[in-house]
Amino acid sequence: MTGLINANPTVYERKERRPRTVPSFTNEDEYSPEAIDQLEVFDILFYFLIIQFNVNKYPEHPYSLEELKVITEDAVEVNDKNSHVRVTFTPTVEHCSMATIIGLCIRVKLLRSLPSRFKVDITVAPGTHATEAAVNKQLNDKERVAAALENPNLVEMVDQCLAPSYD
Amino acid sequence: MLASCSGDKTVRIWQQNPSDKLSDPWLCKAILDETHTRTVRSCAWSPSGKLLATASFDATTAIWEQVGDDFECVATLEGHENEVKSVSWNSSGSLLATCSRDKSVWIWEVLPGNEFDCVSVLTGHTQDVKMVQWHPFMDVLFSCGYDNTIKVWADDRDSDDWECLQTLNEANNGHSSTVWALSFNSAGDKMVTCSDDLTLKIWGTDGPMNGDEFAPWRHLCTLSGVHDRTIFSIHWSREGVIASAAADDAIRLFADESDGSVEGPSYKMLLKKEKAHDMDVNAVQWSSKENRLLASASDDGTIKIWELTSLP
Repeated sequence: MTGLINANPTVYERKERRPRTVPSFTNEDEYSPEAIDQLEVFDILFYFLIIQFNVNKYPEHPYSLEELKVITEDAVEVNDKNSHVRVTFTPTVEHCSMATIIGLCIRVKLLRSLPSRFKVDITVAPGTHATEAAVNKQLNDKERVAAALENPNLVEMVDQCLAPSYD
Repeated sequence: MLASCSGDKTVRIWQQNPSDKLSDPWLCKAILDETHTRTVRSCAWSPSGKLLATASFDATTAIWEQVGDDFECVATLEGHENEVKSVSWNSSGSLLATCSRDKSVWIWEVLPGNEFDCVSVLTGHTQDVKMVQWHPFMDVLFSCGYDNTIKVWADDRDSDDWECLQTLNEANNGHSSTVWALSFNSAGDKMVTCSDDLTLKIWGTDGPMNGDEFAPWRHLCTLSGVHDRTIFSIHWSREGVIASAAADDAIRLFADESDGSVEGPSYKMLLKKEKAHDMDVNAVQWSSKENRLLASASDDGTIKIWELTSLP
């Protein structure tokens, strides 16, 4: 892939982080499973998901998905009791060819970060992508995802996207 | 004997332990490795039980033969462009079918000396083909997949090539998303399919079961609300019990409860096994020898063997 897919993306300010409440350990059974909430999942994605829009490295603009409003906190739904996470993301342009890669990155990041009991659904926000249904179907077909993650080129691209941010 | 395949690129052969049926009932007898270079997606014993076919994301299908206590790879079938997802032997063991993400279904003739010749490449599907399955006793092939359809294929005697006889899609009460698997009842006149649309569908045919004339398949009923996430696998036992496995970690069992009324068949859920596994259940398969033994395989890395203790 050469050149920029979206050379001048709209960059939004990062939202002020809501402080996380650290649970006190005094009354807690240390073996009880830790509940996962919306903010935690968003943090997982926020702190590590840096999509570099130029795959050939464009170090001056490593925007995070939040700065591009690809993912907002509200677009992450977490139901800890049912072990379910839903992420709805918004591609920067309607014909964004990176949509499946972004979705794949989100899936891999959550796969690596969340306890294995979680079921994850990842979808493009309604009306934000030209081939929305096709992208959603592919992202949620676990056989296709598994096969993609055996492709070294794709894994390299995903790892690059998931590399820690520079700030 | 049970064969299992995995994302770890291996196939394992399990055998019932005759000396310790209680505490250690199944033993891993062989590990078939260093042949497939990617996930092994499915495996199937030949009707005689002498050969095992394994389909892999590495675009090949391997044929294994038991030699003494060991299994040897005796043939590798190449031709698909990418991931092979399913493999099936016909009832006589003379034909093998494979399918792939390359949208094609291949039919291979089994020749003496472990030779396999491709006799036809079927290109009717518009997407990824998830499963191929031969009819239990006729040389009619069924395939299903990502294009939400089930296709029925047979050898046209006039042109001597294989052709698609029927496509079951949303227009004829078919599935609205990926069809993951299909299975037949022992009489061969009913078929069950399962899908990402969270339904099971039962299909039937009225035709003569001698293979002389093709009788079309039609939708009989839809079972919905039985699983909360994608249904990956389905298998119909010889006693008439349908087992289904899904991404909701559950296994369900169903049986026909028709009373012969004009309304057609109806199926009732015999059993809901919530949390059958800790993660997605990818496959269920009844034993061909012991009617009430069911094997299930999951993302949690385990295979479980279940016994159905009573039928209603």
